[in-house]
Amino acid sequence: MSEGHSTYTPKTGIERWFDARMPLPRLIYDSFVAYPVPRNLNYMWTFGGILSIMLVAQILTGIVLAMHYTSDTNLAFDSVEKIMRDVNSGWLLRYLHSNGASFFFVAVYIHIFRGLFYGSYKAPRELLWILGCIIYLLMMATGFMGYVLPWGQMSFWGATVITGFFSAIPLVGNWIQELLLGGFAVDNPTLNRFFALHYLLPFMIAGVVVLHIWALHVVGQSNPTGIEVKSKTDTVAFTPYATIKDAFGMIVFLFFFAYFVFYLPNYLGHPDNYTVANPLKTPAHIVPEWYFLPFYAILRAITFNIGPINSKLGGVLCMFGAIAMLFLVPWLDTSKVRSAVYRPWYKLFFWLFVADAILLGWLGSQPAEGSYVFMAQMATLFYFAFFLVIMPVLGLIETPRRLPNSITEAVLEKNKGGSGHPAGATAAPETKG
Amino acid sequence: MSATEIHDPNRRDFLYVATGMAAVVGAGAVAWPFIDQMQPDASTLALASVEVDVSSLQPGSSLIVKWRGKPVVVRNRTEKEMKDGEAVNLADLKDPIARNANLPSDAPATDANRTTPGKEAWMVMVQVCTHLGCIPLGQEGDFGGWFCPCHGSQYDTAGRIRKGPAPENMAIPVFKFISDTKILIG
Repeated sequence: MSEGHSTYTPKTGIERWFDARMPLPRLIYDSFVAYPVPRNLNYMWTFGGILSIMLVAQILTGIVLAMHYTSDTNLAFDSVEKIMRDVNSGWLLRYLHSNGASFFFVAVYIHIFRGLFYGSYKAPRELLWILGCIIYLLMMATGFMGYVLPWGQMSFWGATVITGFFSAIPLVGNWIQELLLGGFAVDNPTLNRFFALHYLLPFMIAGVVVLHIWALHVVGQSNPTGIEVKSKTDTVAFTPYATIKDAFGMIVFLFFFAYFVFYLPNYLGHPDNYTVANPLKTPAHIVPEWYFLPFYAILRAITFNIGPINSKLGGVLCMFGAIAMLFLVPWLDTSKVRSAVYRPWYKLFFWLFVADAILLGWLGSQPAEGSYVFMAQMATLFYFAFFLVIMPVLGLIETPRRLPNSITEAVLEKNKGGSGHPAGATAAPETKG
Repeated sequence: MSATEIHDPNRRDFLYVATGMAAVVGAGAVAWPFIDQMQPDASTLALASVEVDVSSLQPGSSLIVKWRGKPVVVRNRTEKEMKDGEAVNLADLKDPIARNANLPSDAPATDANRTTPGKEAWMVMVQVCTHLGCIPLGQEGDFGGWFCPCHGSQYDTAGRIRKGPAPENMAIPVFKFISDTKILIG
């Protein structure tokens, strides 16, 4: 959409002065005011904006927490307790930051599932999608290292188990693990480097977010119909339409966020992490943060050797493979139709996939024994089958429903009030822009 | 230039390749310290050996010392534990290799090879599960050895993996008895 010429006209003297030297006001105007967005975007499209403010919130609370935190194994746990008890508003900043990480992942999962449902990854948006996957990977690394910093039992043993993944790699695995740890076990060098990297990675995320938004503004937003914008009547201006809608979405999201911060601040954490790290005692039940649970379940599902690959390496490969699937989605989906709205079979399998992901998450929180192992193996099988079999095959054999000719036609058809809807009043709100 | 004969490869090609090589070597030389600093430092390596007084250990008791940030168990095994360990058929083992740093890397995992000659009652072992690094609990599980609560791996009285996801026997570190009651680990 950005190939269109700029419609910015500087009105005041100072705007003209800037425009001739560094046209930043023009860039902002073209990107966030006049920028045309499809008129049928629904609330699923507000999560990009929500993620942006979550990133900013995490960086702000993180910087002030770093002013009170000490990354030494003898002091780290106490310095976090000091933040909770002594530092003015420290409890609030820490709860905002720790729950902020969880809600950042809530938003990113909705954002990713929205992309999968509406086929937002399809040409010409492959690069946009891949940049998003890179952001997701960076978020996982940041979240993991951040969880180590309070130096509780779960911090320590989570770090031990996750860095242990790398020891599964043949030949160089142990060297890589020692390189990550700076020693032979998780210890002071590990905590220090994780703190340094935890501070760095959010700024790398911010950098990739800029690329993500840049790519978005080149190809334009997708929309619930999956039909490209064809004429001016298909779009509305970003401001006020998308701005107001995004703002409303953010307020509702922050309402839930605030509820957790003030009423359930430890609900998403583990009681074990309020016990200081003890390298000589493993907690009875090691569980990662909830947003890693589906991948943790996949890791533990591989209890058998596959040819020369032992169960440990197999589990690690499947876990990383599960993330790698996302990168390949633009080429695994063979359908010519983008949106699941017009793909009855894909829609069914999409919701099965959502259920499967939630099931894997639940299994990841359960002990790896008895029938849980078998269920995790079946759920893992479906996870991979969705990407490697269902996506490519459905695109070839499925008969999609009739597509409207344009976004405008789709919107008007819905608002006509066929199928028993009274005109206007109760028509789907997502078609109102 | 027109008077100069141009051979192939000429002087310019040589300069390009030489400059390129210098850039690659230079980039590697700059990158190396940044990677090297992440390896275990001198103070971490200095903790590479510890001395343990085991005079207080009666048969059936054990103690744990920290070596290289990891727990090492020293166990004075009971007669029954030794017999159980010796009675195991090597073919039943998931990992048939001794994993004893004091022996060649292909030594079979017999009970004797998991200990040191003349001190067969004593197990000195890194008590870290070979699956994902948890600390197994002692004298538990189906084999009377060690049981890992994280993912359910079970080890026998000689610390050999018998059941569960762990791929290898628990590691025996380099150690020796420097007297009847003192062990040097590392």
